[in-house]
Amino acid sequence: MNLDAKIPDGPLADKWDNHKFSIRLVNPANKRKYHIIVVGSGLAGGSAAATLGELGFNIKCFCYQDSPRRAHSIAAQGGINAAKNYQNDGDSIYRLFYDTIKGGDFRSREANVYRLAQLSGNIIDQCVAQGVPFAREYGGLLANRSFGGAQVSRTFYARGQTGQQLLLGAYSALSRQIAAGQVEMYNRHEMLDLVLVDGHAKGIITRNLVNGAIEAWSADAVILATGGYSTVFYLSTNAAACNVTAVWRAHKRGAGIANPCYTQIHPTCIPQEGDHQAKLTLMSESLRNDGRVWVPANQADRSKNPGDIPKEDRDYFLERKYPSFGNLAPRDISSRSAKEACDEGRGVGSTGRGVYLDLAEAIERLGRSTIEERYGNLFEMYERITGENAYERPMRIYPAPHYTMGGIWVDYNLMSTIPGCFVLGEANFSDHGANRLGASALMQGLCDGYFVIPYTIADYLAEVEPGAPDPQGSAFREAEDVVRDYTQRLIGMGGKRSARSIHIELGKIMWEYCGMSRTDEGLNKALEIIPQLRREFWENLCIPGRDSELNAELERAGRVADFLEFAELMCRDALDRNESCGAHFREEHQTQDGEAVRDDDNFTNVSVWEYKGDEQSPVKHIESLIFEEVKPSVRSYK
Amino acid sequence: MNLLLKIWRQSGLQTPGRLVDYQIEEVPEESSFLEMLDLLNEQLISSGEEPVAFDHDCREGICGTCSLTIDGIPHGPERMTTVCQLHMRKFNDGDTITIEPFRSKSFPVIKDLVVDRSALDAIMQAGGFISARTGGASDGNAILIAKETADRAMDAASCIGCGACVAVCPNASAMLFTAAKVSHLNSLPQGKPEKDRRSLAMVKTMDDSGFGNCTNTGECQAVCPKDISLDFIAQLNRDYARASFSNLLNKK
Amino acid sequence: MSTLLQLLGSSLGKKYLMAITGLVLVLFVLGHMLGNVQIFLGPEVINAYAHKLQSLPAGVIWGVRLFLLLCVFIHVWMAVLVTVENRRARPENYSVKDNVQNTYAARTMMVTGLILLAFIIFHILHYTARVIYDYSDMHYDLHGESVHDVYSMMIQGFSHWWVSIFYIISVWLLCMHLSHGVSSMFQSVGLRNEKWRGILDKVAVAYGWVVFLGFASIPIAVLAGLIKPL
Ligand SMILES: Cc1cc2nc3c(=O)[nH]c(=O)nc-3n(C[C@H](O)[C@H](O)[C@H](O)COP(=O)(O)OP(=O)(O)OC[C@H]3O[C@@H](n4cnc5c(N)ncnc54)[C@H](O)[C@@H]3O)c2cc1C
Ligand code: HEM
Ligand code: HEM
Ligand code: SF4
Ligand code: F3S
Ligand code: FES
Repeated sequence: MNLDAKIPDGPLADKWDNHKFSIRLVNPANKRKYHIIVVGSGLAGGSAAATLGELGFNIKCFCYQDSPRRAHSIAAQGGINAAKNYQNDGDSIYRLFYDTIKGGDFRSREANVYRLAQLSGNIIDQCVAQGVPFAREYGGLLANRSFGGAQVSRTFYARGQTGQQLLLGAYSALSRQIAAGQVEMYNRHEMLDLVLVDGHAKGIITRNLVNGAIEAWSADAVILATGGYSTVFYLSTNAAACNVTAVWRAHKRGAGIANPCYTQIHPTCIPQEGDHQAKLTLMSESLRNDGRVWVPANQADRSKNPGDIPKEDRDYFLERKYPSFGNLAPRDISSRSAKEACDEGRGVGSTGRGVYLDLAEAIERLGRSTIEERYGNLFEMYERITGENAYERPMRIYPAPHYTMGGIWVDYNLMSTIPGCFVLGEANFSDHGANRLGASALMQGLCDGYFVIPYTIADYLAEVEPGAPDPQGSAFREAEDVVRDYTQRLIGMGGKRSARSIHIELGKIMWEYCGMSRTDEGLNKALEIIPQLRREFWENLCIPGRDSELNAELERAGRVADFLEFAELMCRDALDRNESCGAHFREEHQTQDGEAVRDDDNFTNVSVWEYKGDEQSPVKHIESLIFEEVKPSVRSYK
Repeated sequence: MNLLLKIWRQSGLQTPGRLVDYQIEEVPEESSFLEMLDLLNEQLISSGEEPVAFDHDCREGICGTCSLTIDGIPHGPERMTTVCQLHMRKFNDGDTITIEPFRSKSFPVIKDLVVDRSALDAIMQAGGFISARTGGASDGNAILIAKETADRAMDAASCIGCGACVAVCPNASAMLFTAAKVSHLNSLPQGKPEKDRRSLAMVKTMDDSGFGNCTNTGECQAVCPKDISLDFIAQLNRDYARASFSNLLNKK
Repeated sequence: MSTLLQLLGSSLGKKYLMAITGLVLVLFVLGHMLGNVQIFLGPEVINAYAHKLQSLPAGVIWGVRLFLLLCVFIHVWMAVLVTVENRRARPENYSVKDNVQNTYAARTMMVTGLILLAFIIFHILHYTARVIYDYSDMHYDLHGESVHDVYSMMIQGFSHWWVSIFYIISVWLLCMHLSHGVSSMFQSVGLRNEKWRGILDKVAVAYGWVVFLGFASIPIAVLAGLIKPL
């Protein structure tokens, strides 16, 4: 497996400019001869499809939703970072770069992160031009807030709907290209395989989710922007149909997956209530700006009315453990602390898996109307879901799977180990290392789509002759048959269990053994039971209905089948990474007071897994991370 | 809680549908409406029957995918709430609940409760954008936008494109959706250059897609999960008139 | 020309036409009502008023009549187009339908409108063309001039109870039509917002009632014998 990251030469700050100059361009007259497939219409895919279409390439864009506007990027609430330094508070490209590297616990590639920071400002400009209604100050300037524990205010936001507004911006640009005929949009199409011709990615196989048709599509290059895989845990903040399918099937065709075990658990979600639950809802992290997190100091108080527990009997554990960052400690750290408190039996709520997020003091200090103005919609949402009034009783929160830093390995050009297969957004592994900072995923998705891929894909295209292969060709036929057989196998099983019930079971295993903290023993256990569950799936699955019509159970089963294989890789990676770093916490590697301990000597690298066939062990390859600019230090938020 | 569900079942566009009764027992009060349907589907699968098809994705009220009409009200009885955020504690033990798809000629039924809303995308493609080429933008702070203006644009932009406004409108009109989309961009200085063109084109596509005409009944705002205001319909009426007249007068 | 056709053919163009013609009719109805209630001031006043109107140059009278007719025609035509399209936009209806805030008046605009149309036709045949009953030999001596006795015509007209009932029902429907229409008209031309909506909705209802009470008071007074024949 060739893991040449193709990092350009020169000083960090000049790398991107040098690179832009040195890469080849596609002659404008030739652009219309090239066809590109974009799978995914979220921030990454939508922005890429629109921009490439605008440049004159012929684009086919696919998504599984009924409209490109519904990609899960829509759900992001908090905001998007950019090193604009509009607040004059000392922000800079370098600081954003450094914060991201440090936040990722020194497990990301310097050059990529620097480019991200460099381009972050352009994203805001672009979005403003598209009409994204970012919050403004009275004077008409863009407003910012500090987010996710950053010490500067660099987050741009649009009420509690930043993701939706940014996505609508990308979607509107995409719509314009669809109208102009540059982009053909295929909604309700799920990619089920990647097609390679002579080792290059040249097309995909999809299933039309409305009528079940299996179809082949060819192009000169394929871009995957299919989002993250947090739903491997079943319960997560992600949308129901988020999946690893596209990534996994590309992996099976030769794309290496990097650091699959890096998954971010978000500290402020509404706790689970029961087994019926299909989704965990995120409460914006901004609540932590004004709220204090606590649990009863004594186990005996845990079912008491929180109002009746006096201050001295409360344990404000984040403030206690991280005096300087307090309630704003980074996500991985806050999540782990909450879990610890609950493990000690001090968790609240009916399940004992919850901690209080208390805004009572802020309400007292600032008045209810101010709090209502800031967080009114969140309080309403909380009440809708839990039936509790958070003005009178502290909210209960608990960590939930939220974001996956791992993904398909890509080089500086965002190309995977398969030539011609590019991967953008959450689906790739690139920029966040072992932990992502708040408000940085939106930035990365748009950066990849608007500003990176339009240049870097040209470098690849310039070396291939234009002219997508015939989608009737043998490679396509063969892949189509594989998909068709697979679908038949799924639907023909005639067992007893629903795909959901198996997904729930898998989720529990993953949460237990490969969740917020991991152990050698637990991971080995998981590696033992996941294959059993997979066998159960392939023996006892039941999918009513036919494959030639809309069949949600069939869709779900396909996704669960991939999760069942992918989960194993995740655990294997977690087991292999014998250190704690960022969101990957191995209990064997912690300080006395429970802080993560990295092993820089052995693990300053990216683990890239190569697929070796069904029921075969994958092979690990390594990309070493070289830090020329920053010195890995102990990430302390005390 | 135990419920009697009357659910619209329809195997495809060409086939007629009908309401089918389902009894469901022991629904937890904390569950959401869609989780209740998940339970029903599990029950159906375990007895080898075909589960009820319904659209959903984010389950947190933002993607606009979920689209059920409950007892004659799109998204159900709770105001400003999508059906995925509607919880069963709003219902009583023993209730009979009728569940139908969003109905409109422009939203053909794909299966059961799943409809095709691509007509809304078509309206957007007609002009729901600002032609800002990637890379061509000036600094974000180069254009000053008063907070009130930005807020108003944001009010309009918060539409999640669910189509409940169409589903509830006695005329199956898409005016609230279209107005929200047009007003979002028309309100902002960046959107001004294409304002007239946009208003004309989006209304034309809306009309051509077979939606009905608004008669100002105001049902749409009442069920809109984002409480999009009828003001935007008025604004569109105004913008469209202005665009038409300036076109009439400026014809070469 | 094509732009004009596009405008008029569009959903919004139809609404503009309805609103503008609606406005004309709304103003006419108010003026007409105010004119008619002068009957309570006695035969002298109302007959003088009617005479004054009738002695306007024929061109003016017919101009106004044609204009009103045109407005009614356009209003109805657009209403029919809009309604037909609206029906078509939802071929399959809900089995269960609930209304959230929609008023009865708003839902029945077409029905109230059509009955009003029937009323207007009847009414013109009744009082303007006077072909339903013959009122041609009614004269009144207005300061020595013999003019048509509108006062007696109205009393005679409303002394048939079914005529009176039909009028009262019709003006009640008019009241309903207006209680949605007057506010809706502002919305249709884009002159309404959240702040004014509440006010305009109330104004519309008040307007409807004023028109109703004004018109209905005449047949009621006649039936109750409050206005006596000469
Ligand atoms: C609740 C929530 C809140 C968040 N808040 C923030 C925040 O405040 N700030 C921040 O920076 N980040 C936030 N994030 C993270 C961020 O939203 C995501 O990481 C980012 O939007 C991912 O964008 P994407 O384009 O890579 O993927 P997505 O938006 O998930 O898009 C994936 C696309 O791929 C398509 N697709 C997937 N699989 C297939 C397939 N097999 N075939 C065809 N199409 C497929 C889908 O249809 C979709 O169009 C949040 C995430 C969540 C869940
Ligand atoms: C005296 C006669 C009438 C008056 C004063 C009148 C007035 C109005 C007004 C002001 C409106 C609101 C227009 C808008 O929303 O833009 C309206 C709407 C309407 N009118 Fe009339 N109208 C009259 C007669 C009729 C007749 C005869 C018909 C029918 C055949 C009719 C059918 C309608 C319909 C269907 C609407 C609905 C439009 C809506 O709801 O906004 N009207 N009318
Ligand atoms: C109690 C109620 C009413 C009374 C007593 C009344 C009386 C009259 C009379 C006397 C005339 C004839 C005027 C003339 O030619 O000398 C007339 C004409 C007319 N009325 Fe009424 N009217 C009433 C209600 C209405 C209503 C509700 C409408 C409309 C919806 C209406 C519309 C007209 C029209 C259009 C004309 C014809 C005007 C013309 O001749 O140019 N009337 N009315
Ligand atoms: S206006 Fe409201 S109801 Fe209509 S599509 Fe938008 S969010 Fe849904
Ligand atoms: S419900 Fe329909 S009639 Fe108009 S005000 Fe809303 S679109
Ligand atoms: S499922 Fe996304 S809004 Fe309901």
